[in-house]
Amino acid sequence: MDGIHDLGGMHGFGRVEREENEPVFHAPWERTVVAIFGAVRGAGLINIDEFRHAIERMDPAHYLAASYWERWLDGMVRLLSEKGLIDRVEVDILTDRLRIEPDATPPRPPSAPSIAMSEHRPPATSFRESTARPRFTVGDAVMTTVDHRSGHTRLPRYVRGRRGVVVARRGVHVFPDANAHGLGEEPQHVYGVRFTGAELWGPAAEPNQAVHIDLWESYLQPA
Amino acid sequence: MGKSHPSVDDYVVSRVRALESLLLEKGVLGTDAVDGVIRRYESSTGPMIGARAVARAWRDQAYRTRLLDTPTAALADLGLSFDRLVVVENTTAVHNMVVCTLCSCYPWSVLGLPPTWYKSPEYRSRAVSEPRKVLAEFGLAVPADREIRVWDSSAELRYMVLPIAPSGAAQLDEDALAHQVTREALIGVAEVRLDRGAAR
Repeated sequence: MDGIHDLGGMHGFGRVEREENEPVFHAPWERTVVAIFGAVRGAGLINIDEFRHAIERMDPAHYLAASYWERWLDGMVRLLSEKGLIDRVEVDILTDRLRIEPDATPPRPPSAPSIAMSEHRPPATSFRESTARPRFTVGDAVMTTVDHRSGHTRLPRYVRGRRGVVVARRGVHVFPDANAHGLGEEPQHVYGVRFTGAELWGPAAEPNQAVHIDLWESYLQPA
Repeated sequence: MGKSHPSVDDYVVSRVRALESLLLEKGVLGTDAVDGVIRRYESSTGPMIGARAVARAWRDQAYRTRLLDTPTAALADLGLSFDRLVVVENTTAVHNMVVCTLCSCYPWSVLGLPPTWYKSPEYRSRAVSEPRKVLAEFGLAVPADREIRVWDSSAELRYMVLPIAPSGAAQLDEDALAHQVTREALIGVAEVRLDRGAAR
């Protein structure tokens, strides 16, 4: 989808501001958001592609105003309620109650050990075994597709309809455009593709610049 | 734009508590989950695995080759199981920098959690289109004859930069050298320079 998340090449954002000696988290609630993500993903209740797509569908003005972890919170509530794991109205009601009475104790069981999150759980891998023959090889000239569908994609706007060169084969991976929508994993070959600055930005490009980006096979046509 | 300190936002604080308690109630979340996050991301020091890999690569040519050609095996030497890292090498011909324009993908396992600036709309929008300007704001002037190669992490591969070894690196042991390798250098928005007095 052509959402606010697809920021590559957009103008108007100004300087990159850095924080000296930045802490890992700025507030305790941010840890909780990461813990919730680890739990629901670790338990297999959500996949990374549908989670990213849930964040992409955030209100655009809110997306830009929110911090990174607030975007995660927003995406988590959207996705878990769409899946019927929680009731969004229940979250809203409890949120309002806790704002009015911050000391109120929300309902919770006495103590429940985590079944979902293990520190030693290996990170979920997107690699898949496949016998599919790769359509492209290193050195091939390729053209990216132009497709402004409303669903999830990992083909950013700024590289659509552009000519590049395959620089690496990255193996076979779960296809986010399908996996984000409950359409299965549909694994495909992924390639590292090189685009020159001039191809992407025309006369505005900085000299001697290139972008390398990993793209799924169905985003590419021979050029 | 982008608020970096929303900690005073009582709506967000309350909403997280609400979601947490509903998930605890349903047994999806364990009461020890937050402790796990603290152990994993705060008690262990940010980018140290990546920094150690770089320090070792600077001192050991065979390890350098392994890190670039078979990064999964090279990380396993440091006790990390992670099969999706690509290490890109800075040279006098190419300067590499890493971004994720679509979200904020970052090699958490290798570098810890990303800094706020990496996740900002400012960095995500500009890194691919005006990297030289962005690097200049970070205080890094890249020679005009050196290509700037921006890696946009759109898939599940994760990127780490192998910076150019600073002069004097040979005088330091691996530990001391690893402490000189900053997170910014591993993302490609800084070079590594030795602190005066780092050499013992």
